[in-house]
Amino acid sequence: MRAMNEILKLDHVTMQFGGLTAVNDFNNHVREGEILGLIGPNGAGKTTVFNVVTGVYYPTKGKVLFNGLDITSLKPHHITHVGISRTFQNIRLFQDMTVLDNVMVAQHHEIATKDAEKYLVKIGKSKYGANSTWFWRSVFKLGYLRREKEMKDKALNILEKLGLRKLAAEKASSLPYGEQRLLEIARALATDAKLLLLDEPAAGMNPSESQQLVQLIKWIRDEFKVTIFIIEHDMKVVMGLCERILVMDYGVLIAEGTPDEIQENKKVIEAYLGEEWSHVAE
Amino acid sequence: MPMKLSNRTNFILTVALVFFVWLLLFFINGHMNTYMIRIVSLIGIYGVMAVSLTLINGITGIFSLGHSGFIALGAYTSALLTMSIHQKEVTFILDKVAWPFNSVQLPFLPATIIGGIVAAVFSFLIGWPSLRLSGDYLAIATLGFSEIIRILALNLRSITNGALGLKSIPQYTNVWWSWTWLLITVLFVGSLVNSSFGRALKAIREDRVAAASMGINIFKHQLLSFVIGGFFAGISGSLYAHWLTTIDPRTTSIGVMLTFNVLIMIVIGGLGSISGAIIGAGLFAILTEWLRFLEEPMKIFSFEFSGIAGLRMLVFSAMFVMVMIFWPRGIMGRKELTWNTLYSKLRRGSGESNE
Repeated sequence: MRAMNEILKLDHVTMQFGGLTAVNDFNNHVREGEILGLIGPNGAGKTTVFNVVTGVYYPTKGKVLFNGLDITSLKPHHITHVGISRTFQNIRLFQDMTVLDNVMVAQHHEIATKDAEKYLVKIGKSKYGANSTWFWRSVFKLGYLRREKEMKDKALNILEKLGLRKLAAEKASSLPYGEQRLLEIARALATDAKLLLLDEPAAGMNPSESQQLVQLIKWIRDEFKVTIFIIEHDMKVVMGLCERILVMDYGVLIAEGTPDEIQENKKVIEAYLGEEWSHVAE
Repeated sequence: MPMKLSNRTNFILTVALVFFVWLLLFFINGHMNTYMIRIVSLIGIYGVMAVSLTLINGITGIFSLGHSGFIALGAYTSALLTMSIHQKEVTFILDKVAWPFNSVQLPFLPATIIGGIVAAVFSFLIGWPSLRLSGDYLAIATLGFSEIIRILALNLRSITNGALGLKSIPQYTNVWWSWTWLLITVLFVGSLVNSSFGRALKAIREDRVAAASMGINIFKHQLLSFVIGGFFAGISGSLYAHWLTTIDPRTTSIGVMLTFNVLIMIVIGGLGSISGAIIGAGLFAILTEWLRFLEEPMKIFSFEFSGIAGLRMLVFSAMFVMVMIFWPRGIMGRKELTWNTLYSKLRRGSGESNE
C-alpha cells in the first residue's frame, strides 16, 4: 500500500470573521497519496478550509503544516511554491489567453524563483518573488528560448494527457464548461503540485460527465503521483472517488471515515436532512 | 488552416521592415518640410509614451493615470541636464539653480537615460504604496501622485523655475532619436511580453486570485511592469521636452491632459496591443495636426467663417466616439499585428479569390 505519512496537517485551525466562526477547531490531516473528500451542507466552511490552507486567509487560531513545514503565514504564491495547488469553485481561468498559455503560466514561478522550496524550508518564508537575472535573460533572450521550449513541451504533455492537446491554440473562454474545469486541473498540475485541492470539480456536470471525472481524478492521482483533497457536493462522485471522507457542519468537523461509514453515520444524516427527518433515513 | 511562418522568416521580415522604415525616415528627413519632419518625430515620441502605458494599463491591467507624472520627471531631469550652464543662469530669474544642475551639462543620450532612470525610481516609490490598491482606487491614487509631481514642479523654484518653466531647451529631438527610442521600447516591451514574464503579467490582468495560486507574486510583478513603464515614460518625456523646447507645469502641457491623450491613443489602438498602441499614437498625432484646418477661417458656399478655436478637439472627440462604437476594443483589440496574422490573412484572401 501507499505510504501513510501525513502530507498536510491542520492543527486545531479556527477561522473567525468578526463574530462568525467559519471553521471551528479543525484538527485533521491528509495522508500522502490518498484521495480525501470534504463534504458538508452549504455554508459549512469547506471552502474556508481550502482558503486557509492556500494562504488566502490567516487562521485565527491553529497551524497548517505541509510535510512538517509550518506554512500558516505563507502568502498564496508561496503556498504554490511549496507544492500545493488548487482549483476554484467558480472557474477562474485566464479567459483571454490560449489554453496553452494558461498552462504555461503555471510554470513561470519555477524559473522566476530561486529554488523556492529549499529556500522556504531554510528560512521558513520566501523573500524573493522573482529571480532578477532571469528577468534580464528572458528580455534579452539569453538562454531563454531553450527554457521556453521546455515549458511548452511540458505544458503540451500535460494537455495531451488530459485530452486537451487539440484545443491548445483556442482561447480559454471559448472552451465548453467541462473542458474549462479540466483545464483548471491541468493548470494546477503544471505547477508541479504534490497536493491538489479541488473545489467542487463536478459542479455543473451531468451524471455521465461526473462519472468520467471520477475515473480521471483517480488516474491523475496515479499518473502524476499527487495527493488529492476534494470538496464535492455530488454524493456519487464523493462515494465513488474518496478513500476517506471528512464531514463538516457549521464549521465543525462532525465525522470522519470511509464512504460506507459516512453513509451510516447518524450525525451526517442529521446534518443533511435535519434532526426530525433522520429517523426516516434509518 | 493558417500556416505559420518560421522564426527565421519572421526575423528577416522584421529586419526588412525596420530597414524600410529607416529608409522612409531618411526620405522624409531629406525631402519634406520642417513641419512634416516635426510631426514624424512626434509620432515616434507618442509611440514611446503609448507603448509604455500599454505595458502598464493594457498588459498588466494596472489602471494607472499617473503617466504624465513620469513623463514630466523625465522631461525636467533631462532638460536641466542638457541646457547650458549659462542658459540656466539666464532662465532662472526667481531663484538660483540648485546643485547639481548649476554645474553640469550633459549630451542628449546620457541626459535622456538619466531622465528615464529618475522616472523609474519615482515610479517605484509611487508604485510601492499605490499598487496595494486596485481598480478605481489605484487610478485615483496614481492620478493624485502625478498631480503631486506637477505641483512640486510648480513650487520647487530652484530646480524647475516654478511656473515660468524651462525655456530654450536645445532642440535635439529629431526623427532619428525619437524613432530609435521607439524601436528600443518596442523591442524591450515586446520581448518582455513574449516571455514567461509577459504571460504572468497577462495572467494578473485576467484574474489576480488565480494568478497568485499559480505561484505568481502579484505585487512584485505589477511593480516590475510599473517601473519599466515608468522608465520608458521618462525617456519619452525627455524626447518630448527636447522636441517642444519649452516645458512648464501647466495641466495642459505636461500635466493630466497628457495622461488622457496617451490613454486615448492606447484605447483607440486597442488596450493590450503594442502594435495597436503605435497605430493609436500615429493616428492621434496625425489627426490632431490635420484637423487644425477646422480652426482656420474658411469659406463654405461663399459664407465666410472665422475659425473657432478648439473645434478640432470637438471633431476629434466625435471621431473617438465613432471608433468606440465600431471597434469597442480599439482597432487592434488585444491582438498584435504580426507577420503570422498578415500571412494567414493573405492566404485566406487569395484562397477566396481562387474560388
